Amino acid sequence: MAPRHPSTRPRRLPLLLLAVVLLLPALVACGEASSPTASSGGGGGTTPTTASGSPGAGGDKGVIRIYSSWPLTGSSQKLGQDMVDSVKLAIEDRNGTVAGYTIEYVPLDDATAAQGTWDAGKEAENANKVVADPDAMVYIGTYNSGAAKISIPILNVAKMAMISPANTYPGLTKAAEGVVEANEPDVYYPNGVRNYCRVCPTDELQGAVAANWAKELGAQKVYVLDDTQLYGHGIAVVFANTAREIGLEVLGGPEGIDYKAPDYRALMTKIKSLDPDLIYFGGLTDTNAGKLVQDMRAVGMTDVMFMGPDGIFNDDFIKAAGPAAEGVYATFGGLPGSELTGKGADWYRKFKEKYGHEPDAYAAYAYEAASVALAAIEKAGVKDREKIREALVNTKDFDGLLGTWSFTETCDTTLTKMSGSQVKDGKWTFVKALEAGV
Amino acid sequence: MDQLIQTLLFGLSNGFVIALIALGYTLVYGIIQLINFAHGEIYMIGSFMALTVITTAGVSWTDPVGARLVVIVLALMAAMLFAGSINFLVDRVAYRRLRRAPRLAPLITAIGFSFVLQNIGIWWKGARPLQFPALLPPTNILTDWLHLDTTITFSIPMLFVMVVTVPLLLLLRWFVRNTRLGKAMRATAQDRDAAALMGIDVNRTISLTFLLGGLMAGAAGLINGLYNNQVVFNMGFFAGLMAFTAAVLGGIGNLTGAVLGGIFLGLVGALSDSYLQAQWTPAIVFAVLVLVIVFKPSGLLGEQVADRA
Repeated sequence: MAPRHPSTRPRRLPLLLLAVVLLLPALVACGEASSPTASSGGGGGTTPTTASGSPGAGGDKGVIRIYSSWPLTGSSQKLGQDMVDSVKLAIEDRNGTVAGYTIEYVPLDDATAAQGTWDAGKEAENANKVVADPDAMVYIGTYNSGAAKISIPILNVAKMAMISPANTYPGLTKAAEGVVEANEPDVYYPNGVRNYCRVCPTDELQGAVAANWAKELGAQKVYVLDDTQLYGHGIAVVFANTAREIGLEVLGGPEGIDYKAPDYRALMTKIKSLDPDLIYFGGLTDTNAGKLVQDMRAVGMTDVMFMGPDGIFNDDFIKAAGPAAEGVYATFGGLPGSELTGKGADWYRKFKEKYGHEPDAYAAYAYEAASVALAAIEKAGVKDREKIREALVNTKDFDGLLGTWSFTETCDTTLTKMSGSQVKDGKWTFVKALEAGV
Repeated sequence: MDQLIQTLLFGLSNGFVIALIALGYTLVYGIIQLINFAHGEIYMIGSFMALTVITTAGVSWTDPVGARLVVIVLALMAAMLFAGSINFLVDRVAYRRLRRAPRLAPLITAIGFSFVLQNIGIWWKGARPLQFPALLPPTNILTDWLHLDTTITFSIPMLFVMVVTVPLLLLLRWFVRNTRLGKAMRATAQDRDAAALMGIDVNRTISLTFLLGGLMAGAAGLINGLYNNQVVFNMGFFAGLMAFTAAVLGGIGNLTGAVLGGIFLGLVGALSDSYLQAQWTPAIVFAVLVLVIVFKPSGLLGEQVADRA
């Protein structure tokens, strides 16, 4: 034993401090939300990446800028890119001009590399940047419901129209008992008027549809997991409640998982001992759905069904889960691109021709959101945020690629058609159309 | 009972992976009192290297056992050497210049390097979670080989984790205790100036420590890939957090402590997943850390200075 030299004596306080520092990133998501960053005015500091269509065709009244905000890095990268491409397609279909204005489109990314998924600070930054741009008239987004919670109030104060292709959390627009917070949705609209609409049906419909479908598939005992996020937990609660109502036995849950954990084998061992027929996961590919399925198979639950909501209904999920994805079920708040008819079928063909691959399920909704936004600009006829907002929320009998639909009083779509799909031979395959409210 | 044994087995496998990463933290801390925050990212880089070797070789689980084993050994060596060199380089480029600077400076540099390495990871493999080919068959040794009538799974990947990890741990321990270089490391850890006066090349010894820590992280990268079958560019953060916790838990600077800390964390996590609600697992793990720091600031095993390096 060598004598202990004073200079080598360890100091413990820094260690304790470090433990705190290490935990900080987890808290940043809540802390950064209110930092207005865009003060550059003018172009908002960003150069528009696309002035789609043929610029010579018109637009003598000036420029209207449309922004979108959803993840373009992280595990939702491919679907984010498909949605951007689809918005571009919608603008091209109008030759890049509406009501005499040239339409410019700027896709923003609300994910950070460090998080790998959407980031509250980034979303707030995007919304503030758009508000500061006088040419910005419409904000298309977000993908994640939690992100919309942050941007809706910011845009509401600026009376800017916001339209989401993919937010399915009910509380953003309406009250639903047991699913949303007591102060929702009014808390998001400090201005008192609605500025936020969405073109996809919400989770209280989708979760119920999923439970009914699970029963139809022969499940009697189900176990419910979620990722503790707004979207995932919300839909898991609806699933569990509906399952009880229709006579399924809910063995446990909704139980939250830590989506950063590298391994869920122990959790799956517990679930296996309860012998379920089906495991439902309220969550996303981003929140480790792939690993969950792998570990469920790894502990020997090979003939147990696994079902998730639209958040796992994407190619990224199959890439993440690998062979374990085979046989997994997912519901989706609409029909997949390949099942669309009429205008939708045209769009599907065009998308495949132009970009050379299957569009992600939400690409059609991104197109629809962009078209509704463009139609609202046309109806308003002037470059005025308030007038465009008013035109948007009053959209009725819109003839789009999802069918003919209107916005309700809460600015939700009147569409209720949903679908169920399953992974077969490494690809999502349409199984059947599901009707909400069955 | 079966469920308990099963849970403990899973916890043990996870614990070994954490232990391998924790060694890198503890080695470096022991010798220069730096918490190398970039260490988790070294582990990620190692697993990416292993993935590259395996995809380049183009083997899958349908290939013969021999071919798979050769590729696994190659991938293990490549991952270890690559991660080790990167760790060595980071020290050479960044930390060495700050050797005499206040302690906070290299610490912040380490945090900076973890971002640099994460972005290299994104640039290299993209931002999506990637499937790591399952080269090891999921055969359950207990039922398929030993013909036991049990519901417990002890699969080949789990055995692999232990079979590779344990010798590495013993080898490292032996190296630090019984070789000249190991002696130099321990001397440097005790008193850098005195060690230099005795003719030990301190800088070379510190570089060697980073190399060793990187080797362990690289091995953990491959082992985790083959066991968990999924890699992603930001996996280093959480793994690093767990490993750091394990190192502190065992008494930072103490090799045996880091291993025990890793195994302990693996078991606590698995038990919490299995018997409590999974959402409490991180809270429980870090509550354990806080309790240990409060009541036993030197960690479970305390700090053995002679052992430290």
